[in-house]
Amino acid sequence: MSKLIKLKKGFDIKLAGKADKQLANFQPAQTFAIKPTDFIGMQRPKVIVNEGDTVKAGTPILFDKKLDRVQYVSPVSGEIVEIKRGEKRRLLEIKIKADQTFEFEQFTKYSDSDLKSLKREDVVNHMAMTGVWPQLIQRPFGVVANPEDEPKAIFISGFDTHPLAPDYGFLLKGQEKYFQVGINVLKKLTPGVVHLNLEDGAEVPSVYNNVQNVQINKFSGPHPAGNVGVQIHHINPINKGDVAWTVNPYGVVQIGKLFMDGVYDASKIVAITGSHLTKPAYAKTYIGACVDKFLAGNTKEGKFRVVSGNVLTGQRINSDGYVGYYDNQITVLPEGDEYEFLGWMKPTSARLSYHRALGLFSFLKPNQEFVLDTNMRGEERAFVQTGVFENVTPMDIYPVYLLKAIMAEDYDEMEELGIYELIEEDLALCEFVDVSKHPVQEILRKGIELIQYS
Amino acid sequence: MKFLRDLLDKQKPLFHKGGKLENLYYLYEAGETFLFTPNHTTNPRGAQIRDAIDLKRMMITVVIAMIPCLLFGIYNTGNMHYLAVGEAADFGDKFLLGAILVLPIVLVSYAAGGLVEAIFAVVRKHPINEGFLVTGMLIPLVVPATIPLWQVALATIFAVVIAKEVFGGTGMNILNVAMTARAFLYFAYPMQISGDQVWTYVGDKMPVDGFSGATALAVAYQAGQEGVTATSALASHNAGIMDDMFSFANMFFGFIPGSIGETSTLMALIGAAILILTGVASWKIIASAFGGAWLMGFVLELLAVNEYMAMPAHYHLVMGGIAFGIVFMATDPVSASQTETGKWIYGFMIGVLTVIIRVTNPAYPEGIMLAVLFMNVFAPLIDHYVVQANKKRRLQRATV
Repeated sequence: MSKLIKLKKGFDIKLAGKADKQLANFQPAQTFAIKPTDFIGMQRPKVIVNEGDTVKAGTPILFDKKLDRVQYVSPVSGEIVEIKRGEKRRLLEIKIKADQTFEFEQFTKYSDSDLKSLKREDVVNHMAMTGVWPQLIQRPFGVVANPEDEPKAIFISGFDTHPLAPDYGFLLKGQEKYFQVGINVLKKLTPGVVHLNLEDGAEVPSVYNNVQNVQINKFSGPHPAGNVGVQIHHINPINKGDVAWTVNPYGVVQIGKLFMDGVYDASKIVAITGSHLTKPAYAKTYIGACVDKFLAGNTKEGKFRVVSGNVLTGQRINSDGYVGYYDNQITVLPEGDEYEFLGWMKPTSARLSYHRALGLFSFLKPNQEFVLDTNMRGEERAFVQTGVFENVTPMDIYPVYLLKAIMAEDYDEMEELGIYELIEEDLALCEFVDVSKHPVQEILRKGIELIQYS
Repeated sequence: MKFLRDLLDKQKPLFHKGGKLENLYYLYEAGETFLFTPNHTTNPRGAQIRDAIDLKRMMITVVIAMIPCLLFGIYNTGNMHYLAVGEAADFGDKFLLGAILVLPIVLVSYAAGGLVEAIFAVVRKHPINEGFLVTGMLIPLVVPATIPLWQVALATIFAVVIAKEVFGGTGMNILNVAMTARAFLYFAYPMQISGDQVWTYVGDKMPVDGFSGATALAVAYQAGQEGVTATSALASHNAGIMDDMFSFANMFFGFIPGSIGETSTLMALIGAAILILTGVASWKIIASAFGGAWLMGFVLELLAVNEYMAMPAHYHLVMGGIAFGIVFMATDPVSASQTETGKWIYGFMIGVLTVIIRVTNPAYPEGIMLAVLFMNVFAPLIDHYVVQANKKRRLQRATV
């Protein structure tokens, strides 16, 4: 039943600043934060702790009034030092200062045989109460899964093709048994199949060795071959009314640890990448870590931008900001807020472009790594060039028509053109290559929200 | 370039909200962004880096691709003149005369169109569209060198306003702007853009005896009427002045009368090579349009009831403006089909229609202009069915 799917369309953005495959000795992060803004679709976040409270790893600190079965918990043990709000009291960050003695909330442990006899409802409850539930993302819409739903299948992308993406084999080394338990738990949640999608032709990371209870599919091709949305499109596409769930391999391991060890373990390895760093490497830390220690003495001269996540889908954070809940990576780039004389006309080979109008001779140096800054490289215009979005989107979808339908707020057209199959990351490359510089991901999210709340 | 930057920064407050010249902001912005790529950075959420391409780069690539046609057109304008008046002249003379005739047309086209763009940008408060870089160069290349300059200005203004700005500017238009300008001239002032007299500049001299300024298409059409074999009629045309003026090779290289930029198939193909290599134009449209024209020519040849129809199909590809039209007009991404499947159909139909119009319609010796405009109108319909097929696939998948 497992499938091999070869994708041709797409584009690998080759950037300088890949992380060395070793754990660097950064000073441990002092503060950690949970940002409600990381959970897309969280409508009415409600904090249930106060500044000054002490929490353990796994203590609930937050929930969404619209989805109140799901608890969001503290990744570390320590003290709530700040509940930061923005305009109109919008909740931005809950900061926790870690203490020296690391304490866990103790939850029930389950052996393999316990697990087998567990009812689905108990599994759901256990996960929702203990903080691992937000790892489950629902398609369509890309929001935190609703415990009331039963997904038709669960999809796990076992590799990441984004620029400077971390190597999952390195992130999850030695976690085989947790991964397997996590899979067994997921299997309880769906009547359908749990799909694990791996990269064809690449060495299979040890964490996936001998994994049971899943259907393994292989994908080859340039980015976005590693995007779970693209994979779903080719395995078992989402139609109107369908619900499927996706989860990152890190989430599977976390679920496994919860059931085997009875703790909410938020420890993770994060890739510290980007051309503006002197030593890109991996760091061992916890969910929501403050990035200041990773940057201290590690950045080059000049203005820079810190991005939580990768350069295509990430989010700008301050240099004392926090790694996003779902991110396994931060990227540090030069900030490109400078004018350039006749920048649009110059013949150059130092610029990265998918289009041959700039990169005509790029085939001569296929492995050249580029240093890109955050300049827009042009101004926003109406759609002019055609056929480019389709060439970087390996799905049977017409992105420009969909985007125009969203701009026109034409609900029927959006549905018919396949908005249920997409979230931001699937069209992130379109945003990168766009000649007319549209905020493609923002437009798509607007369309998703129109459909979701209609 | 620091002093330029400082100068611009100094003037900037004048044009910003509350400044004295706030209404002219988009004029300032056009100048500024022409000189300097702006310092905007990417949004906090989403793609943090952007491709180095922008619309200006894309458009200037098209202009560069047209330069061979322009240079050859300038030379050929002089060349045809000295041929017609029977004087010997060297390359420099021919080029100089051509430049004197052609460059004013280019200047008028850019000036008239640029003015309209600027007025619309100021009134409608939108940035000046780069699309005019291309349109302003295309219009001079599709008119004869003898055209009165006021007609160039009028046609350009008409096309930019009616074909583009009323729809909202570059990216929103339905018809190719330059083709609209030419169609306007063709129907409003046919005396200056059709017939046998307009293609060659004679000036105040007398053409030599026996000289005919007819284009190859007109000669071939005439042959069809008179029952003379088309190829021999073409070969013997202007026999007293020049051997084999309308031989296949000569028409391919472009030493023939016609609109300024359209005569040389070779130069159009060089332009096509630039556009295809840089990925700016769709090779599918270009290939299918040439294919469609040849195929239609071949079908007519098989079904021939007159000598024009019996003309070998490959002649159609080098006569008239078909190569120029296919390479630079049909591939305009805004007015062409936008889906990849649609591009095959769209290009193919342009080729087919061009040849049908040429051969069967006595009123229009050249068909590419009307074929492109006609298919511009049909492109959204083609796309509609291609997209509809996509929707249907999705729907079927859901119900299986």
